[in-house]
Amino acid sequence: MFQIYCPYCEELREEEEFHPKGEAHIARPLDPEACSDEEWGDYLFFRDNPRGVHHELWVHAVGCRKFFNITRHTVSYEILETYRMGEQPTITAESVSGDLAGRESAATARQEGVRA
Amino acid sequence: MSQPNRLVRGGRIDRTRTLSFTFNGQAYQGHAGDTLASALLANGVDIVNRSFKYSRPRGIVAAGAEEPNAVVQLGASEAGQVPNVRATQQALFDGLSARSTNGWPNVQRDLMGLVGKLGGQFMPPGFYYKTFMAPASLWMTYEKYIRKSAGLGRSPAEADPDIYDHLHRHCDVLVIGAGPAGLTAALAAARSGARVILCDEQEELGGSLLDSRELLDDESASEWLATVVAELSGRHNVTLLPRTTANGYHDHNFVTLHERRTEHLAETAPLANGHRQVRSRLHRVRAGRVILATGTHERPLVYAGNDVPGNLLAGAVSTYIRRYGVVPGQKLVLSTSNDHAYRAALDWQEAGREVVAIVDAREAPDGELVDQARSRGIRVVTGSAVIEAKGEKRVTAARIARVDLDRFAVAGAVEELHCDTIASSGGYSPVIHLASHTGARPTWNDEILGFEPSLVKGVSATGGARGTYALPQVLADGAETGSQAAVACGYTAASVELPRVDAIREGQACALYQVPHEKPTLRAPKQFVDLQNDVTAAGIELATREGFESIEHVKRYTAMGFGTDQGKLGNINGMAIAARCLGRTIPEVGTTVFRPNYTPVTFGAIVGRHCGELFDPERYTALHQWHVEHGAEFEDVGQWKRPWYYPQRVAGKLETMHEAVARECRAVREAVGILDASTLGKIDIQGPDAREFLGRIYTNKWEKLAVGKCRYGLMCKDDGMVTDDGVTSCLADNHFVMTTTTGGAAAILEWLELWHQTEWPELDVTFTSVTDHWATMTITGPESRKLLAELTDIDLDRDSFKFMDWREGKVAGVPARVFRISFTGELTFEINVQAHYAMHVWKALFEHGEKYGLTPYGTETMHVLRAEKGFIIVGQDTDGSVTPEDLGMQWCVGYDKPFSWIGKRALTRSDTARENRKQLVGLKPKDKAVVLEEGAQIVLDPKHPVPVPMVGHVTSSYYSPTLDSGFALAVVKGGHQKLGETVYLPMADGQVHEAEIVSPIFVDPKGERQHV
Repeated sequence: MFQIYCPYCEELREEEEFHPKGEAHIARPLDPEACSDEEWGDYLFFRDNPRGVHHELWVHAVGCRKFFNITRHTVSYEILETYRMGEQPTITAESVSGDLAGRESAATARQEGVRA
Repeated sequence: MSQPNRLVRGGRIDRTRTLSFTFNGQAYQGHAGDTLASALLANGVDIVNRSFKYSRPRGIVAAGAEEPNAVVQLGASEAGQVPNVRATQQALFDGLSARSTNGWPNVQRDLMGLVGKLGGQFMPPGFYYKTFMAPASLWMTYEKYIRKSAGLGRSPAEADPDIYDHLHRHCDVLVIGAGPAGLTAALAAARSGARVILCDEQEELGGSLLDSRELLDDESASEWLATVVAELSGRHNVTLLPRTTANGYHDHNFVTLHERRTEHLAETAPLANGHRQVRSRLHRVRAGRVILATGTHERPLVYAGNDVPGNLLAGAVSTYIRRYGVVPGQKLVLSTSNDHAYRAALDWQEAGREVVAIVDAREAPDGELVDQARSRGIRVVTGSAVIEAKGEKRVTAARIARVDLDRFAVAGAVEELHCDTIASSGGYSPVIHLASHTGARPTWNDEILGFEPSLVKGVSATGGARGTYALPQVLADGAETGSQAAVACGYTAASVELPRVDAIREGQACALYQVPHEKPTLRAPKQFVDLQNDVTAAGIELATREGFESIEHVKRYTAMGFGTDQGKLGNINGMAIAARCLGRTIPEVGTTVFRPNYTPVTFGAIVGRHCGELFDPERYTALHQWHVEHGAEFEDVGQWKRPWYYPQRVAGKLETMHEAVARECRAVREAVGILDASTLGKIDIQGPDAREFLGRIYTNKWEKLAVGKCRYGLMCKDDGMVTDDGVTSCLADNHFVMTTTTGGAAAILEWLELWHQTEWPELDVTFTSVTDHWATMTITGPESRKLLAELTDIDLDRDSFKFMDWREGKVAGVPARVFRISFTGELTFEINVQAHYAMHVWKALFEHGEKYGLTPYGTETMHVLRAEKGFIIVGQDTDGSVTPEDLGMQWCVGYDKPFSWIGKRALTRSDTARENRKQLVGLKPKDKAVVLEEGAQIVLDPKHPVPVPMVGHVTSSYYSPTLDSGFALAVVKGGHQKLGETVYLPMADGQVHEAEIVSPIFVDPKGERQHV
């Protein structure tokens, strides 16, 4: 069970309080009618399933009800950072391709909230 | 009664306390401090079980969690039955009753053993797949036969009298395993001030120190252990949990600990101060750092007949002698690949029994323990191994020979040594199970000839668990690891003075897993790798010959490491054999994945208090008590308890549901009925952009909805499929209240928030759940206006308070919102009052309603009435693949709205727009008495050869008292074009029903009644 840092509550909370909502940063096309069927199908149905760094949309469903993003490693399940809607991740697949450990401190520093 | 194998002194048992127990109905005695296994060995019980597949007699092999054979059924009473108990882990208590799980009619005379003897060759690996596959119709027969012979224990047939708790804990450092490494780790962390939990699966803390020969600060290990445990238990920042197994290591340092609090006392928890004690606790621990101090499992050697009772692990022999004062035999032969195992022979000799020989696979062993053995006159045979154990129900001799490990062959003459016990040791494997639970693949270390755990963030391993075996190093490693963990949690390292321990000089171990036999593996007597699952070396060789090259496939084909065993004893040997057969190295072959739970956990502990009425929260409306008092039957709708129907006593007899529903339906259509609709989701929506938001989230138009008006809305996902519906009312220009389906309330609120927060944050709008704030009472039927008029100041005139209007006023003297909307097709008023007023209003309605025939109705009648009108229920008549157009609800779609609302674009995708989609229709059975089955498949031609093309299915079906006929809603391919056609519904019993496709609106098709 994950322990997730809510960037709005600024606390680490148990996964039971959250709902996962799929891949993050999937923007709805601004003019849907201008999309081809294929483009609309891509938006609706096609998602990345990377082995490694993945950006996910979550909601603090029984907490503050805010949606936010998580950068998570899909092999170790480590949560590298959480960030608010409208923000961009500081940790990406490209940025960690070298040494993951080096990035950990940054992610931890970002998540210094209420300690368990 | 005598305990022939009990020593007169030594061990950690209390000889002044004698405990009686039974095993397979036979009475025995043991002592306080015994395990069931040590007590059985003390009494000279050789056979504890029959094996799973071949039904061979089996004895105790190990002294801990890795025991594969002594898996017993516990319990004298029916309610106290516990399957899958390892006798090596069960503390003895007075009155304990245990039985073997396998063996029919009993373990001594086992008829199934014949199958094992005669039919061994008919049970190769994969025998399930090969032997029992055909004919498929006989599988059930086969399975019964296999079950009977396999045993595997049974669950109790009576309710569990015990109670179980869940505890949620946080700590800085969780130390798993309280052997030497775990103890110094806990000590170092605790002294730094960190909050520490130290758990251990055994009855006592101490691990290998409990049977250690070594001196710490010139005193026995027990002395040092007592001092350390005293300090730890005196510290307020330390929680000690003996009898507690860390059974699962989950994400982010979340570890579940299963603490058994009374299982060492009795089979069901004894009373304390008149109250039943909690039998076990499941601690759900979130730790800052986890230290795995789980030690090692000794590997047995794989040789012919290595499963005959009397074959034990070398370390287990030492444990039984030193910890329990039990010598499990008279004459010992030790077969080993390493120095450490020599302790078994030294302990055996010190216990006054004969060591026939130590057979060491190494050419020139020269460690300190080897010297000790030689100087004591024990015969040490080098470059050799036990290649076969003789005997059937007990070892009678060991056949030993020189072995050439490089060529995997016997290299000399065979000598037969008479003995009754063979101890073997093929080295030690770090216990990596918990580390594997995290998904981290272990790595092979040639130095220790074993897999080391790979570690995720926040966890470290120490001592034996990471391949550090010598006691002085283990103690130091533990202290260092504990200190580092505390520092990582923000504490300052504290000093731990380590006891002085003389290092024992040990020679290098050799790599030996399977011992060669004179005959090739496939023809040699059985050499067991996994005793619990009856997997042999030959089975693994055969699997590799049959093309199973991945170790995961070998595992599944042979069943190695399956079930409750999880490969504790045999996995490394099995991998080594697979590697040899495939001509690869062990790391190339790799390891299988160990999964939770480490040892079996009783369901009670997992369930905790979440059973019975605490299984799931129940939600009641403000009117619940009235429903109970008036005899309602209830239906679960999500967590809500909703009145289903109200059976009345008619001429002394309680109505059936069918009778009650017919009466309730008639009351609504002819007079007036009342429904508690409080469970409908209600979301309060406010803000200047509320109207714009509604227009984007609903399929239909909202820009012109005036204050005082209500509108039905359909909601789609962006794939164009209907996801919810309900009525939304305009309270003020920037204030609306939305209703949702009962089950969808929470999800729809989240759905609204999703779009607002992620896509349209610029819209100024807020959402608040008000489901529980308002009670909703629906009065419906031709008399409803007259009834309400007696209780309200609202003008109910049909021209000033029209259908789909709402008004604010007083009802029964309290503030109310009254909505003129209808889910029955009748004249209807939905009265909403604050929940606390609801009972008053409800009762007032009944005081005034009796003369109008006011009748309470439940969800079943509600369903019939709405279906008669063709009103859908989202989730029943739709299933996530149904568009508004499929429902024939184009009237509810705003095709020309300026904003491309959620779901719009998808309606013109090729699949959504194609012909012949399943469309909502009504079905009228040809036989009026037939009520079609919901879910029944619809075909056009019942005489079509199988497979018959299926064109749709029934979504809702009821008997209608109004029509005096069964009727149904269904989705049928191209159904909107098929009105009047006949379709067929073949049933499982061979009947075929005939039905006509009709409009889904069965009653009042013009909708006049709701407008009166």
